Amino acid sequence: MNKVYNNRAWWLILPMLLLVAFSAVIPLMTVVNYSVQDVFDANTRFFTGTEWFKEMLNDPALQAAVLRQFAFSLTILAIEVPLGIGIALIMPKKGWRASAALILVTMPLLIPWNVVGSIWQIFTRGDIGLMGWSLRELGYSYNITSNPVDAWATIILMDVWHWTSLIALLCYSGLRSIPDAYYQAARIDRASKWAVFRYIQLPKLTNVLVIGVLLRFMHSFMIYAEPFVLTGGGPGSSTTFLSQSLTTMAIGQQDLGPSAAFSLIYFLIILLVTWVFYTAIMNMQKDNNKGA
Amino acid sequence: MSLNLENIDRVVGGETHIADMNLTLEPGSFNVLLGRTLSGKTTLMRLMAGLDTPTRGRVLMDGQDVTGRSVRHRNVSMVYQQFINYPSLTVYDNIASPLKLAKVGRAEIDRRVRSIAEMLHIEHLLDRQPLELSGGQQQRTAMGRALVKDADVVLLDEPLVNLDYKLREEFREELRAVFSERNCIAVYATTEPAEALALGGNTAVLHQGRLLQYGPTADVYHRPGDIRAAEMFSEPPINIVKGTLSGSEISFDNTLHFPVGNDLRTLEPGEYRFGIRASHISLTPRAKSDIAIHMTVDLAEISGSETFLHVHNEHFYMTVHLEGVHEFRVDSPVKLYFSAHKVYAFDHEGAVVHIPTHLRGI
Repeated sequence: MNKVYNNRAWWLILPMLLLVAFSAVIPLMTVVNYSVQDVFDANTRFFTGTEWFKEMLNDPALQAAVLRQFAFSLTILAIEVPLGIGIALIMPKKGWRASAALILVTMPLLIPWNVVGSIWQIFTRGDIGLMGWSLRELGYSYNITSNPVDAWATIILMDVWHWTSLIALLCYSGLRSIPDAYYQAARIDRASKWAVFRYIQLPKLTNVLVIGVLLRFMHSFMIYAEPFVLTGGGPGSSTTFLSQSLTTMAIGQQDLGPSAAFSLIYFLIILLVTWVFYTAIMNMQKDNNKGA
Repeated sequence: MSLNLENIDRVVGGETHIADMNLTLEPGSFNVLLGRTLSGKTTLMRLMAGLDTPTRGRVLMDGQDVTGRSVRHRNVSMVYQQFINYPSLTVYDNIASPLKLAKVGRAEIDRRVRSIAEMLHIEHLLDRQPLELSGGQQQRTAMGRALVKDADVVLLDEPLVNLDYKLREEFREELRAVFSERNCIAVYATTEPAEALALGGNTAVLHQGRLLQYGPTADVYHRPGDIRAAEMFSEPPINIVKGTLSGSEISFDNTLHFPVGNDLRTLEPGEYRFGIRASHISLTPRAKSDIAIHMTVDLAEISGSETFLHVHNEHFYMTVHLEGVHEFRVDSPVKLYFSAHKVYAFDHEGAVVHIPTHLRGI
């Protein structure tokens, strides 16, 4: 049999290619363009090669921001994932209670980022904010503008409040897809609640949890508006996360070359972490399925 | 170990799911619950298991009242229509799970898991995970989990429905062999009369939450207590034709008249409903005394190597179960034969008043 090769079908991907070019490749290339040049004005520019990249990688302020960013993302994941699973487990399963709980849980997700920041800004004020005032009345000298620990704790609390719902909703839908017969079978086996969670619910949640953790990681790694509104990155630079450092550099100082280089590094970090995480999880599942 | 249900009602939100159920299952018996969807089979099993409690009535195990006792404190196991196993555990750990929870020693667990696995022909799959297996193998694993703990009552809720035809036949035979060696009460729910017949044992015919009849399977099949039991326990359903019995003659809707044999002469003359099994009607006479009947073809349904022929005349419809593949033109006339000796008769309330003579003595 002679196989007939007809490569005309390749033309069919042309529209997709153009779309991707306009939406991703071209904007990205302008960034690449800036990252290897020092631009003075429309007519004056010098080629700098990897100079900006070296500078960025060796900048102690940025290194600190990267570490801060990882610390933040890992902390909120460590809190939001178990908490979200816990909330999903205790959410009512049917009737009006289920609808009420769903609406209640979804509420924080519907609030825009900078509104969340503003809400918490007011909430934590010592003079009129419920939380700030209460803490002070209780004798704790709470101040997010001068105490880095308070600022950190508040930002983490704010993110947990804003985003735990996402994990909870994903897990809730995952739990609802487990047929009732599994629970019955477990009851007949006299399995404990822990065993039901460990051997039925958790395995069935793996897929939604992978998506949840990935989304939350990427999301939190790009966090900008909330801390910007709440603390402005302070006190000092204790809550200045990556995207805020980048904004200050690109918009505030007009350092286009360094910020372009930095953007690319930032992008690669997210890409790398996401890829490592995804591959690790997929390999884990494959191993599990092999029964190894 | 015997299981008694006494005057059981189960009402959920004003809807009666089980009504006035009385049933006694003997130790070591194999019992089939036969009924259509929503006839109450699953509800009844849940009551037997202790997953639900009855609204009224008592459940007794070995004479002991266990009505309010939860499933955790009864020694029962259950196999479902879906293949239910712990997804992240191996087949071995799945089968071992009830024993581990019962704190059985390691060596004993190993011995029992392996012997059950061998019996179910999955001993070579013990290291695999359920989702890597075929449907049949998954169900065998679930069956292993149910059998390994030597439960007093093993409930099987349509366990073979999701398997293909060939596997089902194979599985069915094995099931009977497996349970014949055990002293537990097996309860098997099915919607298919043929499956009940193939499994044997005892059959309880359920309809709309009520028990129509209970007894040895062949007995229930041959001697239905009333019209509904006869309809439920036949596929295609037994043909019911209104007719009149007068001294020496039966007439079906005044169209077909035939002489009454000696067996029916004891019945009082009057209006009856007569039942003829679909498989007792044929295209050629099987005996000289067979009655001929002229009908018109509605549809010939071919299923495997059998044909279900739907026919009518101006007064009634019938379904005929023919061996082999037969093709018929729609609306073509057809001449059919049946034996007057194989006719059932039911009174106007549906109770059986006449059973074919040759079936009475079995």
